[in-house]
Amino acid sequence: MSTTVPTRAAARRRRVRLPGGVALVLLLAFVFLSVAGPWIWGDAAGATNVVDANQAASAKHWLGTDDLGRDLFARTLVATRSSLVLAVLATVVGGVVGVALGLLSGASNRLGKVLGAVINLLMAFPALLLSIFFAVLFGIGSVGSVLAVGASFAPGFARITQTLTASAISRDYVEASRVLGKGPVTVVLRHVLPNIAEPVILYTTIHIGTAILALSGLSFLGLGVQPPSYDWGRLLSDGLTRVYITPTAALGPAVAIVLAGLTFNMAGEHLSDLVGGRRSAPRQVDAAPAPADGPGATGTETSSRGAHAEGLADQAFGSSTAPAARPLLEVRGLRVVYPGPDGGTVTPVRDVSFSVAPGETVGIVGESGSGKSMATSAVAQLVEAPGSVHAETLRFDDVDLTRRTKDDERVLGRSMAMIFQDPGEALNPAIKVGTHLVEPAVVHLHEDKPLARRRALDALRAVAVNDPERRFGQHQHELSGGTKQRVCIAIGLMGEPRLLVADEPTTALDVTVQRQILRLVAEVRDETGASVLFISHDIAVVSEISDRILVMYAGFVVEEASTEELLARPAHPYTGLLLAASPDMAADRSRPLPMLDGRMPGPGVDLPGCYFADRCPRAEQDCRDQRPPLLQIGAPGHRAACWHPLTADDPVEAPALVEERAAS
Amino acid sequence: MTTATTLEPAGPLPSPALPAEPTASRARPWIRFVASRLLRLVVSLLVLVTATFVMVHLVPGDPVQAALGEQATPQLVELRRHELGLDQPLPAQYVHYLRGVVTGDLGRSIVTEAPVGDLLGTRFPNTLRLAVPAFVLVILIALPVGLLTAVRTRGGRGRVTRGVFVNVTGLFNSVPDYVMATVLSVVFVVGLKLFPAAGLTGPRSYVLPVAALVVGPAASLSRIVRVEALKVLDTEYVRAAKSRRLPRRLLYLRHVLPNMMTASLTFGAMILSGLVAGTVLVENVFGWPGVGTVISQAVIQKDFPLVQGVLLVLGAAVLLLNMVVDVLLGVLDPRSRLGALR
Repeated sequence: MSTTVPTRAAARRRRVRLPGGVALVLLLAFVFLSVAGPWIWGDAAGATNVVDANQAASAKHWLGTDDLGRDLFARTLVATRSSLVLAVLATVVGGVVGVALGLLSGASNRLGKVLGAVINLLMAFPALLLSIFFAVLFGIGSVGSVLAVGASFAPGFARITQTLTASAISRDYVEASRVLGKGPVTVVLRHVLPNIAEPVILYTTIHIGTAILALSGLSFLGLGVQPPSYDWGRLLSDGLTRVYITPTAALGPAVAIVLAGLTFNMAGEHLSDLVGGRRSAPRQVDAAPAPADGPGATGTETSSRGAHAEGLADQAFGSSTAPAARPLLEVRGLRVVYPGPDGGTVTPVRDVSFSVAPGETVGIVGESGSGKSMATSAVAQLVEAPGSVHAETLRFDDVDLTRRTKDDERVLGRSMAMIFQDPGEALNPAIKVGTHLVEPAVVHLHEDKPLARRRALDALRAVAVNDPERRFGQHQHELSGGTKQRVCIAIGLMGEPRLLVADEPTTALDVTVQRQILRLVAEVRDETGASVLFISHDIAVVSEISDRILVMYAGFVVEEASTEELLARPAHPYTGLLLAASPDMAADRSRPLPMLDGRMPGPGVDLPGCYFADRCPRAEQDCRDQRPPLLQIGAPGHRAACWHPLTADDPVEAPALVEERAAS
Repeated sequence: MTTATTLEPAGPLPSPALPAEPTASRARPWIRFVASRLLRLVVSLLVLVTATFVMVHLVPGDPVQAALGEQATPQLVELRRHELGLDQPLPAQYVHYLRGVVTGDLGRSIVTEAPVGDLLGTRFPNTLRLAVPAFVLVILIALPVGLLTAVRTRGGRGRVTRGVFVNVTGLFNSVPDYVMATVLSVVFVVGLKLFPAAGLTGPRSYVLPVAALVVGPAASLSRIVRVEALKVLDTEYVRAAKSRRLPRRLLYLRHVLPNMMTASLTFGAMILSGLVAGTVLVENVFGWPGVGTVISQAVIQKDFPLVQGVLLVLGAAVLLLNMVVDVLLGVLDPRSRLGALR
């Protein structure tokens, strides 16, 4: 039962929206019919006329007449009152009994266990069986059927009340008033009832529709309303017995029952939307601001990006750390676009270019929202509609990822392996460890199962999983976090990995386990000769394993250099701050770590200049007017996108600057 | 006191007769799991039997007098009371009733004096002949339809598909089985004369009753399957499986299906038990010779042994169904087997 307990938010009645028009009109029509129906059509419905008996539908009698010549259309309209009134009564009976039971069981632990078990058992039985059982007890007829249907609803009401009560009672303020010696009755009246009222009323509304169907069903069986009274169920079963004489006789009540059921269900759903919308309204305010991102703006942005990327292309080859070999992975002008709110677009990856040489380990570092994970998703072809990937070059080995074919899938499956942030989430809970390992080998390498199994055990041994035979048959919930990540790495080894994409592989793990996994990734790389693309928000972790590091900010690569170069001579102010903010990297540990104030521009923001300018201690007007391209700075292969890069003297100065800003 | 109550938070509801599950050895959990579910079934059946027993004694007035009518002589009533064992003390009656249920002797109908056991023996298989195919069809329709719609509508795409699906299933969902049965009967039997009117007369007579039973449950189950599939398609492990470039068939059948089964089956069990009850109404529309056509008459005539018998059989079917679903869940989702889920 996922119904949340309503908070006593001040903004309770923020927007009062009318429920959907159709439902409202129908609802009003049914209410009108049940009030006025018997007055207007009562005479026609009751007037017997033997001459007109058993007539088919005609202009005079729209649905024909019954065996006493009574007009069936009028009878269907008149029956609205009894059908609806009985349904409302049954729902109220069920609600009162069920809520009382639920409060009782929710309020006391011992009683709650017993009642809970009873409610569970009753919930297993379909409502119709329960209501037949209770109809025997309460007798057949209107009163009996109302009580019976009510009783069959009670377990459902009891269950929802019990759940809501239990969660309301465990709240701090209720706890506090219990400690203050308030009796259970006070607690229930003052704290529990107001908190559960809204969902229970909602549940009640939805159940009126169900009650209409249930009561009509009982009447249809002859256990409900008894002649000469009638409701829709009674009319339906009468109509069915004479279906050969007047086929339309059954259709009127059938349509009425379905329409009424639909109307009350719709009304209930609209009501809960209304309540739900009201509750989530404050959350929408928090959503990322989406300034004008019209087609015009996007157009100019794209063209400038194109020119910019061309400049990059000239540089990319010249600055590669392994100029002799063709890069294994080549990414140029990568851009990931999603449709944004209000018909615009958001761009989590704005312009990313890099390459990974065979055997090389490239780290990508950046805070959350910098686009690093999304960029890797694009490389691994995991971005799905409605997102779209655009790139001038997106090549892995011989596969053009922008135009990939069926055969390419096999190449990717075999030689690109991915390690995810949370190994507990990345392993399928319903599938054994062994199946995870064997599957890719069978699918991509066409190995037979015994061979794949042998290799899987080898792979588990290679990643130092203890007792591989046993692990093979286990499920992920039986493994520790570290072992799960080892298994994920082992899965990667089952193909012929040439690129290992590790997306924050250590973030979800304990510190000691982090080290082990980091070491394992390095070992696997050294043994297989695979390249590694290693993503983390932690520059200390990235620098431990990477040959080269890319720093990302707001969907751009802002700096790129070999690890030593980057650590020794960061050029981009953002890199400087990242280094200073890392407890493992900061030179002077006696000083407090600097905090970056301000926010990274979201993916919906479109700026003409540098995206870091607003947070940058060195920013000047030119930074805001024009975006700095990623250009070579200092040593070969060291590139930064900054108009005012740090120089040899600066790095010490940077944290101090930020501290001053934070203090002021 | 404060700590004591905070240590007992609003946890999942206690399930009856579920023993505490220690981390047992490897082969044992299976046996323990099935045993615990069997124990739960037995306890539930006992409650059901007791409820039907108590029911007769809770009815106001004398049930025999009520069944035989006001004009029955006191001697006849007394004789029948004696025949039915109603003149014995309650505990003795209860033991007698329990023994009867276990041995299949459910007494005789007060109205026709025919043994209830025999009547159920010939009629209940007919009910199953409707319920089982309907049951299988509901699953065979709901799973693929729900899964396919989920694949086509995930991540906010396929708005048209989604709209059509939600509205069509919503409509079918709102048509109760007896109304569906009536409408089908009017259209296909009376109007188009395509199918036999009533009774079990051959393969063609199955079509309409089964259809009436299937439409609503299939619609609501496929809605649930879609929602569950959407959740699973959004998980990291499906992303991970995609990163391994598994073929679609394998991805959906092995990686998605088992994971959405837990919730789908839990809701599905409720929907399918409703289907068992639905046979009662649908049988009445099509004059099907199952247990549904006798129960309403039996209730009206206050033929309590017969009412008890039908309620027992249908109730037991529902409980058995729930147990089978529980065990199936254990097979599909190892976590529920270990009691971590419930």
